Amino acid sequence: MRSEKLAHAAGNSLAGRVLEKTGVDVARCYQCGKCSAGCPLASEMDFPPSQIMHLLQLREFPEFAELALRSHTIWLCLTCEICYCRCPMELDIPAIMDTLRHESLARKMVNPKAKDILSFHRAFLDSVRYTGRLFEMGQVVDYKLRSGHFLQDMLQAPWMFLVGKLHLLPERVRDRRMLKRMFARTLKAKESRP
Amino acid sequence: MKTGFYPGCSMKGSAREYSESLLAVAKALGRELPEVPDWNCCGATAAHNLDRDLALALPARILAAAEKEGMEEVLVPCAACYSRLSVTRHELLEDEALRQRISGLVETDYRGTAKVLNIIEWLAAIPDLESRIKRPFARKVACYYGCLLVRPAGIVNFDRPEEPQSMDRLMKLIGAQPIDWAFKTECCGAGFSISRTDLVAKLSGLILEDAVSRGAEAVVVACPMCHLNLDMRRPNIEKRAGKKFPIPVVYITQAVGLALGLAPKKLGLQRHKVSPSALLVPASAKSAAGPQTASGDSPAGAGSPTATAPKVN
Repeated sequence: MRSEKLAHAAGNSLAGRVLEKTGVDVARCYQCGKCSAGCPLASEMDFPPSQIMHLLQLREFPEFAELALRSHTIWLCLTCEICYCRCPMELDIPAIMDTLRHESLARKMVNPKAKDILSFHRAFLDSVRYTGRLFEMGQVVDYKLRSGHFLQDMLQAPWMFLVGKLHLLPERVRDRRMLKRMFARTLKAKESRP
Repeated sequence: MKTGFYPGCSMKGSAREYSESLLAVAKALGRELPEVPDWNCCGATAAHNLDRDLALALPARILAAAEKEGMEEVLVPCAACYSRLSVTRHELLEDEALRQRISGLVETDYRGTAKVLNIIEWLAAIPDLESRIKRPFARKVACYYGCLLVRPAGIVNFDRPEEPQSMDRLMKLIGAQPIDWAFKTECCGAGFSISRTDLVAKLSGLILEDAVSRGAEAVVVACPMCHLNLDMRRPNIEKRAGKKFPIPVVYITQAVGLALGLAPKKLGLQRHKVSPSALLVPASAKSAAGPQTASGDSPAGAGSPTATAPKVN
């Protein structure tokens, strides 16, 4: 019943939209910093998780919310769930990161440094959209075209083929038309492909 | 109880030895594992990063197909798929409006009757496993659970989220000696294997460093992504760390299969980047070249599995 109960409490801030979509109230964070201390990639981030929470807490300042949406952090989050596990207020930070990524994407605010990560995700879902299953080789080729990293892992492919890990043809789901409809009503409906 | 099997995409490709070893173990134990009919990709990291409805609809379609087939449980050996299927089932059973909306997207009424099982739960539920052990896997092993088998704790509701024990117990059961170490549930870098290989090399290197310095002879994993990063990315890890880590990484089903006396080839052990050949020599008859140690600088005792592990200080 979460979606019904919280629809009214949304407000017009990013924190409000996070509350509406995830049920997590960022105001409950008291900045203890355990999430940032445990995050395996905090040192690579422009804002560690606790600072992202702080940016959202300052809901009267939409420019801070925009900093969060434009951050590298939200794309570096690996969803390893350690922050959520250790948060004394049990705030589902990975769910917040998901919501921030979705909005960042929809509002075309993706951090340029996250280009490769995003290319990988898009190539992955392209493969699933066409065949219903991930076709690893197709995905890697798609990723290379999107990212421009043509030479990466060139020696990995022959080895994978030799040990029988690389398939040259995709496996397909029988009911692909249903999957096409599913994609059309979700991801495709929310963004036009770049 | 009808138990279905959801292999997921990795187990059909880059992690095919996980599937091969699981099916060999299931056969040896007389368990049937029919695949979920016409299964699709769970969407993995990519789907939940980009679109919430899609991230719920893809796993919901899989679970609905299992339900329709009368499966009461679905074994999901890939920890990443296990996480996506568990999260989806949890969210849809918690929120009726959401369940209806996602059911509309998958064009089936998803009810949530099929339970999601991980590989450790499935193996631990086999009552006569211990009595079937033919060749105890007498090795010092680092049980590496990764993130998604045990977290988020409130959803997967399985073992402790940071100091889990279930795989350790299973390894003891097959004759292994699980080591006490600090990186059981630290992240390996997961889906960044291709897009941010540098970060995977860093995180996975820390995991191997700890396992090796505490004397493990093998890392045991239950996730294709963890295996890919710790095994296939070994050249990247070693390049970044500036040293060699000769420790092999095996799937939990390969360790169990060896203990059941199955042939290494049937378990796909020839498909690893880091050769697990040292594990195939009987533990008692090993030479000094047998076990994997931190480096060549350990003067004595390196040959014996019971010897104190070389410490890297």
